[in-house]
Amino acid sequence: MKTDVLPPIIQEESDDRAVIEKTVQSEYKYGFVTQIETDEAPMGLSEEIVRFISDKKNEPAWMLEWRLKAYHQWLKMEMPQWANIHYPKINFQDIIYYSAPKQKVKPKSLDEVDPELRNTFEKLGISLAEQKRLSGVAVDAVIDSVSIGTSFREQLAELGIIFCSMSEAIKEHPELVQKYLSSVVPVTDNFFAALNAAVFSDGSFCYIPKGVHCPMELSTYFRINAENTGQFERTLIVAEEGSYVSYLEGCTAPMRDENQLHAAVVELIAMDHSEIKYSTVQNWYPGDKDGNGGIYNFVTKRGICKGHHAKISWTQVETGSAITWKYPSVILKGDYSIGEFYSVAVTNHHQQADTGTKMMHLGKNTKSRIVSKGISAGLSNNSYRGLVSVSKHADHARNYSQCDSLLLGDRCGAHTFPYIEVKNKSALVEHEATTSKIGEDQIFYCNQRGISTETAVALIVNGFAREVMNNLPMEFAVEAQKLLAISLEGSVG
Amino acid sequence: MLSIKNLHAGIEGNEILKGINLDVKAGEIHAIMGPNGSGKSTLASVLAGRPEYEVTEGSVTFLGKDLLELSPEKRAGEGLFLGFQYPVEIAGLSTINFIKTAVNEVRKYRGEEPLDSVSFLKMMKEKMALMNMDKALLNRALNEGFSGGEKKRNEVFQMAMLEPKLSILDETDSGLDIDAIRIVANGVNKIKKEDHAVLVVTHYQRLLDFIVPDFVHVLYKGRIVKSGGKELALELEERGYDFIKNEYEVEATA
Repeated sequence: MKTDVLPPIIQEESDDRAVIEKTVQSEYKYGFVTQIETDEAPMGLSEEIVRFISDKKNEPAWMLEWRLKAYHQWLKMEMPQWANIHYPKINFQDIIYYSAPKQKVKPKSLDEVDPELRNTFEKLGISLAEQKRLSGVAVDAVIDSVSIGTSFREQLAELGIIFCSMSEAIKEHPELVQKYLSSVVPVTDNFFAALNAAVFSDGSFCYIPKGVHCPMELSTYFRINAENTGQFERTLIVAEEGSYVSYLEGCTAPMRDENQLHAAVVELIAMDHSEIKYSTVQNWYPGDKDGNGGIYNFVTKRGICKGHHAKISWTQVETGSAITWKYPSVILKGDYSIGEFYSVAVTNHHQQADTGTKMMHLGKNTKSRIVSKGISAGLSNNSYRGLVSVSKHADHARNYSQCDSLLLGDRCGAHTFPYIEVKNKSALVEHEATTSKIGEDQIFYCNQRGISTETAVALIVNGFAREVMNNLPMEFAVEAQKLLAISLEGSVG
Repeated sequence: MLSIKNLHAGIEGNEILKGINLDVKAGEIHAIMGPNGSGKSTLASVLAGRPEYEVTEGSVTFLGKDLLELSPEKRAGEGLFLGFQYPVEIAGLSTINFIKTAVNEVRKYRGEEPLDSVSFLKMMKEKMALMNMDKALLNRALNEGFSGGEKKRNEVFQMAMLEPKLSILDETDSGLDIDAIRIVANGVNKIKKEDHAVLVVTHYQRLLDFIVPDFVHVLYKGRIVKSGGKELALELEERGYDFIKNEYEVEATA
């Protein structure tokens, strides 16, 4: 018998926690700065700046009035403090509120777009040319604050669909903009919505006429670019009776040391028997692994099912930003209308997310469904905050909510704040919640089948998020899966 | 193929394996039997590289390599398969997707090209026919809501797909009725090859009616105290583990 005494075997490679920690600490992959001359406003916010922005954009007087009203309201408002997020006080005079890439003449086609800008998209793997050719996606690309290229517009115009930048819509379709802008999110709705109304620089406008089924996914890629620039997007989508539209919003941002403020507003209006599907993949710079930098993302997204049998569906995959404050909501005004919210939120390192939805049942026989999947890693905090309200006259309203949390490691947090307000006895409201950890036995099982810990984490996380991922349009789902892998595993993707 | 020499291992400072010696050659089927707590599952876990276990002494050589130096996934790449006593569930991850990932990761380790979807599906169909595997099961999330028998069939199916050199089946019969045992055992027998060795870890003899071993080893208190042919299993069945205990205690005190 052999009696040599061997030293204990230290199996570093199978130390799952170490591998998880290593892989989740990978650096942000999309950190680069595009060198483009910008046309900037001076730093800070005042009535002059609001006028400067409106003037820069050659806006009509009614738009300036609207902005100024918002600005004066904003001055009287306080930043909301109720969310489960912590960050240093934001100095709103330290921000540049307008920055547009300099282009003497608007490009007539994508070929005329600044090659530098186009390179940026290529690096991100979302080349407009490729997308045009391969997937037939019409892209309204927003870099910083001004739309630089809109494709497929003629094709859409034949169907009567309007898909353009908000600035163009203000000039070319003032009657529609005046009718619907701030009809869902009033300028005084909240601190960030008021700020957005005062200084928003651009965004997308989309109008689907009666009975038209939009034949392609409408898509916008946002990108925050110039240093120290707050980005304030404004999006408005109107779906007339019996129409359908699927809208994709995706974004990545280059690396920054300073915190950048982002306060977008999205409004959706769905008439009788119409449907709006709004999907987001958000991958902004989350800050470094010590919690320095990163985007502060304070977004107001709200839709109204104005007509009966209308449907609004929000799907979001949130992996970026240092702070996410976002509650895409649906006002279920029309009888038999439907609201849906599908969400995956990933937080890592020092990221904080407080996100969820509000489903406000006003009409009879309205239905809503909430599926929220929170994934926390590192030292991050991930909160679900949701409100389901059923008003007095909303007979037979139904809601189903499911909130699941997955923890990676033992230093992160998952929190759930569900609020339910029911004023009608016929309502049926269900809420389910679970919290789980990625088990060492799950990882070992995968390892034993030859799968590395990194890949195992990706498989488990994507399995956890599958119900939400299934709601994304195909071309987006692939990207979103990669994003989950990138934000949690680094080298994969 | 597998050579275990004086293996000592334990968990959280408790030594469970106290000097295991075992040689397994290609094509052989070995059964490891023993009463509860004798260290059977620990042996299976240590060979597969479960991180909670610590090897304190001894060596294990697998196909010429120092097995204990390798991470669990590399051991799998080298051709070691563990059929789990309690297969884990992974919600939302389809069984097919999991197996495809595993097959391609193992191929990558061996320097082979990954299988494309067409070749993978072709291979899967062949193995499904061989193992009488139900397609519906493979479309479901990994082991989620599977019955005990379905989980074990899934283990044996994965074994067939990964084509290992050494398969360790840890209490594959536990919790199964006799029909399920027969199905699982048939699966194992069908993939038996000249170059494939099997280590069957079991408490009961009944599995060995279907998977007939070349050698039977009795594990007791962390040591192999008796080895023999398949008739040893029958003897254990007849006389129970007590006779081993008595014999061993007599020897130990002598």
